[in-house]
Amino acid sequence: MITNDYIILAAQGMHARPATVLIKLVKNFKSAASLKKGDKTVKLNSMLNILSLNIKGGETISIIVEGEDETEAAQAIGLFFTEQLKDL
Amino acid sequence: MKGIGVSPGIAIGRAFVIKKTEAKASGVLLTNEEEISWEIARFENAVGLAVAEIEAIKSEHLSLQDEDLAILGTQIELLTDPQLKDDVIEKITSNRKNSGDALIEVIGAFVHLFESMEDEYMRARAADIKDIGNRLFKHLNASNSSVQTFPPDTIIIAEDISPSETITMDIAHMVGFATQAGSKTSHTVIIAKAKGIPAVVGCGSQLGTIKNDDLVILDGITGLVHSNPVQEIIAEYTAKKEAYQQSAEKLKALKDQPAITADGKKITLSANIGAADEFADVFEYGGEGVGLLRTELLFMNRDSFPTEDEQFEFYKNVALQSKGVPVIVRTIDIGGDKKLSYFNLPLELNPFLGYRAIRICLDKKELFITQLKAILRASIFGDLRIMFPMISNVQEVRSAKRVLAAAADELVKEDVAFKSGIKVGIMIEIPSAAVTADILAKEVDFFSIGTNDLCQYTLAVDRMNEKISHLYDPFNPGVLRLINNVIEQGHKHNIHVGMCGEMASDPLATMLLLGMGLNDFSMSASAIPMIKDIIINHNMIETKEIYKNIMQMDSSEEIVAYLREHTK
Repeated sequence: MITNDYIILAAQGMHARPATVLIKLVKNFKSAASLKKGDKTVKLNSMLNILSLNIKGGETISIIVEGEDETEAAQAIGLFFTEQLKDL
Repeated sequence: MKGIGVSPGIAIGRAFVIKKTEAKASGVLLTNEEEISWEIARFENAVGLAVAEIEAIKSEHLSLQDEDLAILGTQIELLTDPQLKDDVIEKITSNRKNSGDALIEVIGAFVHLFESMEDEYMRARAADIKDIGNRLFKHLNASNSSVQTFPPDTIIIAEDISPSETITMDIAHMVGFATQAGSKTSHTVIIAKAKGIPAVVGCGSQLGTIKNDDLVILDGITGLVHSNPVQEIIAEYTAKKEAYQQSAEKLKALKDQPAITADGKKITLSANIGAADEFADVFEYGGEGVGLLRTELLFMNRDSFPTEDEQFEFYKNVALQSKGVPVIVRTIDIGGDKKLSYFNLPLELNPFLGYRAIRICLDKKELFITQLKAILRASIFGDLRIMFPMISNVQEVRSAKRVLAAAADELVKEDVAFKSGIKVGIMIEIPSAAVTADILAKEVDFFSIGTNDLCQYTLAVDRMNEKISHLYDPFNPGVLRLINNVIEQGHKHNIHVGMCGEMASDPLATMLLLGMGLNDFSMSASAIPMIKDIIINHNMIETKEIYKNIMQMDSSEEIVAYLREHTK
């Protein structure tokens, strides 16, 4: 299991467009990924659940990845949060 | 009547009123396992049909832009959302609801959840969820509605328009829309903006008085909606519409075009801003960064100095909105003509030559250190750079840098995160700084020429004094020589030189400044297209020639006349 913390670098936070990209990204891997904000954790396969966390720009969230390709998945998700997100 | 103008432009056309029918729950309860399996299958079938419908929209409308595709992608994600499916199946199996009633309840719960959020953006997502709910409901009941077609010049009047309706509507004939409800950040609005369709939302129930075929004028900038207007108003808006279209076309053509001279030299065009919400304009006008972030707004209109955390929030918000482009943050520039009610600045005979900007900061170090710590902390969220104003000698630069180092030390001790190695520059706006640019260049990463103060200090002209305003002249050969020296020395020492004063947005000065070698112009965002237009239509050989000739001239009248002739 791999856990990483990220700062949300998009001013609007995790809105529909980045959430769509993230869900599609996670589907490429066999590992199960979830997102934790505060004491709430949701699976990274549901747009409704991601949006319902109301994640704002500047907040810190944790990503938990578990499965056979967890290293690759965690790396790809990391790139999403550090590089891609601010342009979405 | 008046709503919120959300997509700029003027639309004049005939009203087409759209009325919605709400999905109603049937109250039927399922009696056996077969019915339950059947209802689950019906729901899954409806999801399949709805997704297929969106895929069909995608393949039929090849002209769809990125915004549309992203919104359709989001719709598919929502339709196939595992949580939505689990909740609906739960209602069917445990509560024995039929698929339609289960869907209405589940969608209703999510809509309620999003509508109750504080964040305006998230509240607007409730409309997206309603939209997919309606779409699924339609397929459950197999009543297919086809794409609606309108006569030319139709203005849609509706309670609200769903994002997928916006996409499937007969856009070619729709010239604008006005809705009773709606928010600035709805997907419907995003699509209207992307397609350049003027739109007004939030008009309220008054909009209900408009009937089919009424003549309607809507102004997507001011949010005004006129129904059956008198002849004068029609004439006024017809003229406005033409003027808007002309300037919009020019802007659009220039927006994504890089600022490169005819012979291939890349010039950076940045914007001067005072708050994070101005970034929309910066990007709209094609700005590539922020050459000057004024921080005065943060200090004005309040009763005490903002705390480090308050300042941090301000800079953080700026950094987040910047999408990674460079942002030059100018440290406190109060004093002179900018006063603070809670900070007692002594009355001075010559405030512009007095206690202001960096002079206050180096005197009241606790103020300065608070601001620097806040900027350093926020630099994690974007490419922030620090600029000290009103520098007159190199000792001030060294002192300011020492305070910056102390601010960083404090953050390390407090174990607060910040980005190290932030770029540091100075404003060149005092003649002694311009003359000693060679000395100063060794201490900093960049210069930014502030022409307004540089001009008033060089010519000893108070720019607020109307009696001598004719003497305030940025084309004075003395001012031009100082500017030239700053650019030359900066480049000789391999540091970045920009200009953030008014001269940067003066189209008469552009060719001359290019000729001097300036490659970074920062101005109010709306001036960017005008300056870009000059840059792309001239080459460096031409501008070098202009610069050489001008440096031979001894009067600004001659210089201005010459520039006027060569700037076409």
